[in-house]
Amino acid sequence: MTVGQVFREEWGRVLATLIGFLGDFDLAEEAAQEAFAIAADRWPRDGVPTNPRAWLMTTARNRATDRIRRDRALEAKFGLLVAGNRGEEPMEITTFPDERLELIFTCCHPALAVDAQVALTLRTLGGLSTDEIARAFLVPERTMAQRLVRAKRKVKAAGIPFRVPPVHLLGERLDAVLAVVYLIYNEGYGGRDELAAEAIWLGRALSELLPDEPEVHGLLAMMLLHDSRREARFSDGELVLLGDQNRSRWNTEQIAAGRAELDRALALRGSGPYVLQAAIASLHAEVPCDWAQIAALYGELTRLTGSPVVELNRAIAVAETEGPEVGLRIVDQLGLDDFRYLHSTRAELLRRLGRTDEARDAYRRASKLTDDGAERRFIERRLTELADTTGSTGS
Amino acid sequence: MKYIMLIYQGAALERQAALPEEEQKQVYADYQGINQTPGVTPGLPMGLPENATTVRVEGGKTLTTDGPFVGMKEAVGGLFILEADDLDAAIEVAARVPAARYGGAVEIRPSEVYW
Repeated sequence: MTVGQVFREEWGRVLATLIGFLGDFDLAEEAAQEAFAIAADRWPRDGVPTNPRAWLMTTARNRATDRIRRDRALEAKFGLLVAGNRGEEPMEITTFPDERLELIFTCCHPALAVDAQVALTLRTLGGLSTDEIARAFLVPERTMAQRLVRAKRKVKAAGIPFRVPPVHLLGERLDAVLAVVYLIYNEGYGGRDELAAEAIWLGRALSELLPDEPEVHGLLAMMLLHDSRREARFSDGELVLLGDQNRSRWNTEQIAAGRAELDRALALRGSGPYVLQAAIASLHAEVPCDWAQIAALYGELTRLTGSPVVELNRAIAVAETEGPEVGLRIVDQLGLDDFRYLHSTRAELLRRLGRTDEARDAYRRASKLTDDGAERRFIERRLTELADTTGSTGS
Repeated sequence: MKYIMLIYQGAALERQAALPEEEQKQVYADYQGINQTPGVTPGLPMGLPENATTVRVEGGKTLTTDGPFVGMKEAVGGLFILEADDLDAAIEVAARVPAARYGGAVEIRPSEVYW
């Protein structure tokens, strides 16, 4: 393993254990940073130790205890208290509990604002630097640094517990954790690949830590299946719709991995929103697509979430099996007037029905509502095609 | 951890006044229950915000105005002190305060030692 890979794998784990041991985010982060810096200096020269995790933990722990001892000695000088003699013995490997779960539940506690939950999760578990997180979310580094400082301060001041929630809270708290991972994935979906990769990495860690939770596997499956089409979604920087994608550019390994996760979720009798979305994504990766089954799954998802956006997706699937007219009837009942995909969906269905003028108006509405360059260029191409067929009726 | 639990009535007092007698009794019983919860130090029952007086000092001059510092609807309606292990334990007690389910809210403030 390279030094970089070890860092990637071990940062969250070392930090989590240190926070559990020290009970202090800042002290733990400083100590971990020092240990990783020493490793970055020594390992390329002397080689990676046989047990890199134990090395990093012990070094970080020693740094932290040195620091505490220095602080205590300083206090003792002023007669406040006498420095204790703890932390001399090296930690045994068996005494390193994996506390990443405690850490992620703390980072995603509902008493923190969602953007703070996201930042803290990426910083502590993901090991991204403040600068990297700031760039990924398009905010100045100073803003992100303040957000992290404030979040860590609140964890301490408000008494947010460092623990896996008890059973009666686990469900809702796990929902919050999954929502954070999903949000990171969604931010990455529009082309910021490093965030999508980070979300999948977090999803993998969660599925190892909570192997009996179907929604955890469902979320990971959904992310893997969507991500498998990343290469095909754009061609020369232009958006390509699912039906027009070059399937040889789909990542078959990732599709298989996604389906394996979905199977685990189904074996656990999962039927929650993430499992349903993963099942839909899996069907999308089949040729030909089973649109009737997809429509049925979206129907179930609407029942669970009550979301009009899900209903819009169902309309698209229904249009494939029962014709654009039936799909359009569903779309026209949805109160999503400011949602660009409502208008682009309407436009597409109207185009197929040969109602060219209405289609054009709908495309223009959609174009006005988007700030994404690739989407806008896609709509422009559709409008040009419509202009070419003006005068003809039927599709 | 020591928390100061601030109760905001919002629409709760009006909604509670419109409840059938049995449910009103339940509200009183629930407040009683909060006061008797281990770790809770009840605050003095607080009068209505409309009877509040707000004092400012500007340029050495005391300015007195009628009403609470914030709007009538946003004013604090009551408080109690809670000694609890962590924020989750405090959230559980807050969720039992009747105001929280009748359109008001409870704000949990950790106490702080400044001196």
